[in-house]
Amino acid sequence: MRDVHYASPGASGEALERRAASPGPDTRFLGGGTTLFDLMKLGVEAPTSLVDLTRCGDLQTIHADREAWRFGAGVTMGRLATDPSVARDFPALAESLWKAASPQIRNMATVGGNLLQRTRCAYFRGTPAYPCNKREPGTGCSAIGGAQRGHALLGGSEHCVAVYPGDLAVTLVAFDAVIDVRGPGGQQRSLALAELHRDPGSTPHLETSLADDELIVAIRVPRLPAAKASTYHKVRDRESYAFALASAAVGLQIEAGRVIDVRIGLGGVATRPWRATLAERHLRGGSLTRETARQAAEIAYAAARPRQDNHFRLELGMDTLIDALMQAKERL
Amino acid sequence: MSDMPHELQLDRRTFMVTTTGAAAPVLGAGCATTAPRGPQGASALPCRLTVNGRSESLTLEARSSLLDVLRERLALTGTKKGCDHGQCGACTVHVDGQRVVSCLTLAVKCDGRDVRTIEGLAPDDGALHVMQQAFIDHDALQCGYCTPGQIMSAIACVREGHAGSDDEIREYMSGNLCRCGAYVAILDAVRDGARRMKAGGHA
Repeated sequence: MRDVHYASPGASGEALERRAASPGPDTRFLGGGTTLFDLMKLGVEAPTSLVDLTRCGDLQTIHADREAWRFGAGVTMGRLATDPSVARDFPALAESLWKAASPQIRNMATVGGNLLQRTRCAYFRGTPAYPCNKREPGTGCSAIGGAQRGHALLGGSEHCVAVYPGDLAVTLVAFDAVIDVRGPGGQQRSLALAELHRDPGSTPHLETSLADDELIVAIRVPRLPAAKASTYHKVRDRESYAFALASAAVGLQIEAGRVIDVRIGLGGVATRPWRATLAERHLRGGSLTRETARQAAEIAYAAARPRQDNHFRLELGMDTLIDALMQAKERL
Repeated sequence: MSDMPHELQLDRRTFMVTTTGAAAPVLGAGCATTAPRGPQGASALPCRLTVNGRSESLTLEARSSLLDVLRERLALTGTKKGCDHGQCGACTVHVDGQRVVSCLTLAVKCDGRDVRTIEGLAPDDGALHVMQQAFIDHDALQCGYCTPGQIMSAIACVREGHAGSDDEIREYMSGNLCRCGAYVAILDAVRDGARRMKAGGHA
């Protein structure tokens, strides 16, 4: 690993100035470092300069009012997982945090950084002996035709089938979260979280709609009635501390037996945080039973393209969603 | 630790590395370090860390992990390097009272912060921390390599209030792997260590 310049400013404005002073993709914002430092050790990432955000006090705030939550991007996953207002009023969000990683890593990783966590595809993380369009554009995809047990059922292209590995964003995308972003001149814009991650298409190395020098400063989530009866159901190879084989974030609002609102995010199975909009539409206005949940799951996975090694995750993904819907119903 | 400079202390590890010819290439290949003992790169930064209550002034390269700085610069080899990628928990230490994996912590991030390692647990009177003693009493190890990380994690688990039931201990100790599979005894030790910490006012 080559050495790297490092700065640790005390406010996000100063961090943006530091970033602007050394433009280009080799200068990177650094949160907890649990992805970036890991990939530097593997030689997949090789920044020349790091701007550490973890001392930026203005990125550390958690704010809740009647309309929305606002989480500073520098808040750690561990802190947000145990925030009393989140745990009480939005169980899916708390669960998508504490079911991720380990307690140690959650104490380090920031929520802003977590949104940008990079794929765990072993070919991406592997050596140059394995071509990877995400790591080295144009070299090919080793997963297609290779070992693909953990690869994407939804959203893949002939250039990349790497799974987006995060959990938090799966809940956030289902609940209409918005991110606040600041550019080098301090100018701010907001975009729906659903707009943050890109489909791999023919450019899998371009993972988000952010410019190199843009910084996520906050995540905002509206307080929806469906947040209360919500769950994040995560199925893994082992009970804890593993990435999802399949997950589902679900929220429900039911009145007089009719579904008023339903939210469905799918994780571990797609190339980006996946909102199952058509499945939501199928359930709205009707009753939620195991049978209608199964119909919704079949709609959610209708576009799935399983391959030889990951076919089992199609049935697993549908069962995970059905169980999540039934779990959320019990929380009404 | 004695008052001798770290470089002059001859510990078991130094003895092995310097006297066992075969060990050198093995260590070189398997335990690549991010913390050079020799000259520092141009980007090296002056840092002051408090490690186990002792103030340490160090010039650190930004790429150095806290794990490598603890082991290679401060000779605190109780903290173990397992996977070096945040997957095993053997390198768990406390930074400002919070458990972290030191392999994925840039050492420069700890400038001005308080670091506690397995060496800094026992009180000055020589008695072990009650959690260390619980691991011994329950024989909660076989090879022992993961044990310092298990103990650092267990103490944090109790202080966070996550040792309320066996299932909760399993969940909140899941970041520490034991390749020997001593989990049954580790669970017993953490449960008993939690009881002793509360009884002794350690929590």
